[in-house]
Amino acid sequence: MIVLDNVNKYYGDYHALVGITERVEKNEVLVVCGPSGSGKSTLIRTLNRLEDIDGGRIAIDGRDIHAKGFDVNALRAGIGFVFQQFNLFPHLTALENCMLAPVQLGRASKAEAREQAMALLDQVGLAHKADAYPDALSGGQQQRVAIARALAMRPSIMLFDEPTSALDPEMVGEVLQVMRTLAKQGMTMVCVTHEMGFARDVADRIWFMAEGKILETGAPGDFFANPQHPRAIQFLADRNRN
Amino acid sequence: MLELIDTYWLYFLVGQYPDGPLGGLVLTILLSGAALVLAMPLGLLLGIARVSHRRAISLPVGAFVQLVRAVPLLLVLFWVYFFLPAVTGVKTSQAATMLIVLVVFDSVYLAEIVAAGIRALPKGQLESARSLGLGYGQSLCHVVLPQTLRHGLPSIVNQLVSTIKATSLGYIIGLSEVSFIATQINTLVFTRSVEVYLILALTYFLLCFGLSRLAFLLERRLQRRPVGAH
Repeated sequence: MIVLDNVNKYYGDYHALVGITERVEKNEVLVVCGPSGSGKSTLIRTLNRLEDIDGGRIAIDGRDIHAKGFDVNALRAGIGFVFQQFNLFPHLTALENCMLAPVQLGRASKAEAREQAMALLDQVGLAHKADAYPDALSGGQQQRVAIARALAMRPSIMLFDEPTSALDPEMVGEVLQVMRTLAKQGMTMVCVTHEMGFARDVADRIWFMAEGKILETGAPGDFFANPQHPRAIQFLADRNRN
Repeated sequence: MLELIDTYWLYFLVGQYPDGPLGGLVLTILLSGAALVLAMPLGLLLGIARVSHRRAISLPVGAFVQLVRAVPLLLVLFWVYFFLPAVTGVKTSQAATMLIVLVVFDSVYLAEIVAAGIRALPKGQLESARSLGLGYGQSLCHVVLPQTLRHGLPSIVNQLVSTIKATSLGYIIGLSEVSFIATQINTLVFTRSVEVYLILALTYFLLCFGLSRLAFLLERRLQRRPVGAH
């Protein structure tokens, strides 16, 4: 469903993504992990064109998304993106945050969008906060609203860019729970995360990245029990020590 | 002083109106308000253009903004008053001249307020709007500008204060705004300059100080309840 073919990206002289060739299947839950600065966020941001690429090809459902003249808005409308910093719209309530895009893009009437947004807020356990503004919500609640907002566009793929990294530890669980439920429902997911417990339990496959390259891929069982690449062994050892 | 006010208050307020053109304090306020209202859409457009990623748009607008900001309002007033009729062949009235100049200046300063507000907004706001599939224009309209304008409201009120004070320059081209009228009154009563100009000063002060306070209160309210809270 997502095919990356020799994807390269540079920031000036810095080679941020080095010849990435991989694929993500439909209904697959993929976890991207690796030390910071390894290009994980850059990679996931190229999948909905928040970042351009300098070489290679990324195809989603067979269409080259970085091709000239490609309708990037239509692409993004079909891919949910969840940010580390939540990025809720502070001038809108939780409910309005979830209604904005469907209404503005003509996907639903206001009444339909409201009903659907309420259902999604209920799904993430926040129906009672529908009329709250983001600044009245905890980090974990904001992130759950952000997930509901992304789901309101009925995406076929969800991308998570370190969704729990900005949260207080006691709020990580509630966000991961929502992600687990989504995974169970068969959503195609790409998650950049440091939550190794989540990766072990939920992921179908792991990509381990360092220095802009995917150094190792595998099922979580194999990856955690028997990492192959020296960098992956080092990374997991460091994780376990903490 | 009371006697002075008693005799000339109407003249001070509206000039020769209804026997002549509207003037005085009412003209000052009307001109300032109209200039700000007319400059608002222009300022929005210029501000958006100023932060455009297309250099063909942002560069000329940036140059225009810098140019206007670097020139005294009085100079532009002269240009419009003496130069514009020579080009168009139509004599522009003092009030129209002043309005044109104020709109130009206000739109440029508002553009800077809008542009600064857009730049100050966390980049994640635009990114998350775009990630939902909203276009650039939709993202500006529904996500960026509502926040920018709310944050910028105190600055916009302050701009109105500047505009009110700037109308006094209309005196130079004989615009019968409140400073001009005060000077007329001074000529009529001749010996009481201090009182006349004290009243004028008080008038400006009350108007502008009141608005500044309003801006301050708005700012505090916005700080206490971050953007969005009703």
